[in-house]
Amino acid sequence: MNDYTKYLASRVTAGGLSRREFLGRAMAAGLTLAVADKLFTESAEAAEPKRGGHLKLGLEGGAATDSKDPAKFLSQFMFCVGRCWGDMLVESDPLTGAAVPALAESWEPSKDAATWTFKIRKGVKFHNGKELTIDDVVATLKRHTDKASESGALGVLGSIKEIKADGGNLVLTLSEGNADMPLLLTDYHLVIQPNGGVDDPLASIGTGPYKLTSFEAGVRATFEKNKDDWRTDRGYVDSIEIIGMNDATARIAALSSGQVHYINRVDPKTVNLLKRAPNVEILSTAGRGHYVFIMHCDKAPFDNNDLRLALKYAMDRETMVEKILGGYGKVGNDFPINSTYALFPEGIEQRVYDPDKAAFHYKKSGHSGSVLLRTSEVAFPGGVDAAVLYQESCKKAGIEIEVKREPGDGYWTNVWNVQPFSTSYWGGRPTQDQMYSTAYLSTADWNDTKFKRPDFDKLLLQARSELDEAKRKDMYRAMAMMVRDEGGVILPMFNDFVNASTKQVKGYVHDIGNDMSNGYVATRVWLEA
Amino acid sequence: MSSPTSGNILPGLRFRQRFPLLALILERFVLSIILLFAVSILIFGGLEALPGDFATTYLGQSATPQAVANIRKDLGLDRPVTTRYVEWLGNAVQGDFGTSWASKNSVSEQIGKRLGNSLFLAGFAALISVPLAVGLGMVSVHFRGRLPDKIINIISLAAISLPEFFIGYLLIMFFAVKFGVATFPATVYESMGFADRLKAIALPTATLVLVVLAHMMRMTRAAILSVMSSAYMETAELKGLSAFRSIVKHAAPNALAPIINVVALNLAYLVVGVVVVEVVFVYPGMGQYMVDAVTVRDMPVVQACGLIFAAVYIFLNMLADILAIIANPRLRHPR
Repeated sequence: MNDYTKYLASRVTAGGLSRREFLGRAMAAGLTLAVADKLFTESAEAAEPKRGGHLKLGLEGGAATDSKDPAKFLSQFMFCVGRCWGDMLVESDPLTGAAVPALAESWEPSKDAATWTFKIRKGVKFHNGKELTIDDVVATLKRHTDKASESGALGVLGSIKEIKADGGNLVLTLSEGNADMPLLLTDYHLVIQPNGGVDDPLASIGTGPYKLTSFEAGVRATFEKNKDDWRTDRGYVDSIEIIGMNDATARIAALSSGQVHYINRVDPKTVNLLKRAPNVEILSTAGRGHYVFIMHCDKAPFDNNDLRLALKYAMDRETMVEKILGGYGKVGNDFPINSTYALFPEGIEQRVYDPDKAAFHYKKSGHSGSVLLRTSEVAFPGGVDAAVLYQESCKKAGIEIEVKREPGDGYWTNVWNVQPFSTSYWGGRPTQDQMYSTAYLSTADWNDTKFKRPDFDKLLLQARSELDEAKRKDMYRAMAMMVRDEGGVILPMFNDFVNASTKQVKGYVHDIGNDMSNGYVATRVWLEA
Repeated sequence: MSSPTSGNILPGLRFRQRFPLLALILERFVLSIILLFAVSILIFGGLEALPGDFATTYLGQSATPQAVANIRKDLGLDRPVTTRYVEWLGNAVQGDFGTSWASKNSVSEQIGKRLGNSLFLAGFAALISVPLAVGLGMVSVHFRGRLPDKIINIISLAAISLPEFFIGYLLIMFFAVKFGVATFPATVYESMGFADRLKAIALPTATLVLVVLAHMMRMTRAAILSVMSSAYMETAELKGLSAFRSIVKHAAPNALAPIINVVALNLAYLVVGVVVVEVVFVYPGMGQYMVDAVTVRDMPVVQACGLIFAAVYIFLNMLADILAIIANPRLRHPR
């Protein structure tokens, strides 16, 4: 069985592929009908979840400073912990990224997308036995949108003007239309707590599939099954143990010796070694995070679009993905959106390495002499190597790059967003609107390419309140073209989330929303005996 | 140290002459306190001078100016440095290190657990390594230049030349992954039984023992050897004492001072210097606690850890000095 058929089988197991689709693709990949059929039956049987067992995860990202208050969740560790015991109003579909109901059963926007009405699910119980009410929902959102709040979701919810209960429904009034409102409520800080968690933010009482039984910050968290869970399609294991493991080698040792079932953050450099362990499965999921080379559009010599184009054509994206990401990633196209976003503008031509075009634009720009690129290992893993690779590919186009390695400490305050040409990274955002608003809107604090275009800003705001999906898609396409052809970002690659599990772990869902199956890994998998 | 020159007029001097040992110990103690005080200023000032700020580091990419301002005000960071220092020191002296900025937990309580874990690990490593090192040192002196001496030396030199994380990884690879006999990760938690704890710390303890063994062993060997070349050892030999007896009875006590010193230094290392080992073995001790706090600039925790580390170091060095004075009566009467 090759990687592709293995992948197809895993899609069947995850419930994402029908028999007809599977047979078609498997036979196209060279399997005979009999073999393909057998494989499908086996994979489909594996899709039948088994209940019970004790699941152990070894996760990077925990710290002694982690807080149990959902408003202050920050680390990967707490992201995963929160998803075990809590629920949000809305979840995102693992395969399409669209908003799907959770504690909110359904929702309805007003015509201008500035008022949203959410119907709250009935008969859901908190872990302490109390029933979920609209007041709990209102209190939760009020806590996270309070101007004096320290919530990590404060920025996301900035446009909410009023939160009120209307009968059993939640009504949100926004200061401007936002067609993505439901998706914003999937933010992992927005765990619905009894009375919003105002009385005791650290209580960890929610409506999720597991109850928190013990917690030591940065060390360990344990859970037992919530017998009164309102959903049956999750929470297959009896108990969960999440152990903080910040050392990459420790995680790999723990997984290959079978002491844990799942680890996150597998280093692309060692993934091929780990693959050789007989009981280990590599779980690689396409993500929205991307590595970038940023040029300030308002500073010489980068204020010249021909020079920017020259530098874009001089980027060898394929080599970057292969060498820096170990193949665990996808090439980028110089705008920060990929196909994991809903309303992704398809059909934009992929920009490829073209030394001739680069040389042409370079000559046209009139620039001479070397170009200074600042980089550091903290910009992204392999940042310095990537800069040197780029230097080589530029050489063929006759462009001289001077690579300056900056100290990691202080890189984000002294170099990123300050110096005109540097390397950096971006994590994804739930929506295109958020990604553009954070880094490409003229007035954004983190407009790190100093991309300032009034027509772009106008389009962004229009798209935000546009409820017609087709129209909206066209707008996002136009915005992508502006950034791609005139922006200051060179975006060679989107990095995959690379995790690994033992073969006992079944039902892993490759969720495009975020790492670790969008944090839901522990509630979605089951253990094969 | 000055000695009385003209009569015993000052009561302090009289005290010193009557109880020279006690006076020396008191003196060391007071010096240690002053040193600790100076360290506290250094820690506070140093952290104050660090670039980066808790609010922005903590919020990361979700930092809005509003949230940053809220946090700064909430933590009282708008007040002057001196006020904050005096307040901090005043509370710290009473054992109250405040609350962590990040997790809002009591730092003293957290440190209690973490320090307990660290001491547990260090204590076990010391319990094994100190007798082992001193014993091996004596054995190697006894067989000086012959095979056992050479073997002990080669192994201990090899162990000291490997970085500790590498020793750790090797142990994990063989005992946890290949043979599956040892527990890994070495995570301990509150509700864990004593036997399970011992099992969990087997590998990190072994690593630490290998790391500190060579240093102490070689110092023991060198110290005893240097005593062995002195005149009175010759006398012991001429007197007809057996070689081993002369080492244990005559050489070892006189070599005690340097041995105590190196043991104290290594004990201090076992408590404050094992960050790497803690990270590799996923052991929740003080080192890891401090590293976590530094990354997010959680000052109360960093300050408390720094102060406690300094206190451990100063205390153990003081203890070594005092023990050396007790072991060597000549040091009690400064000329």
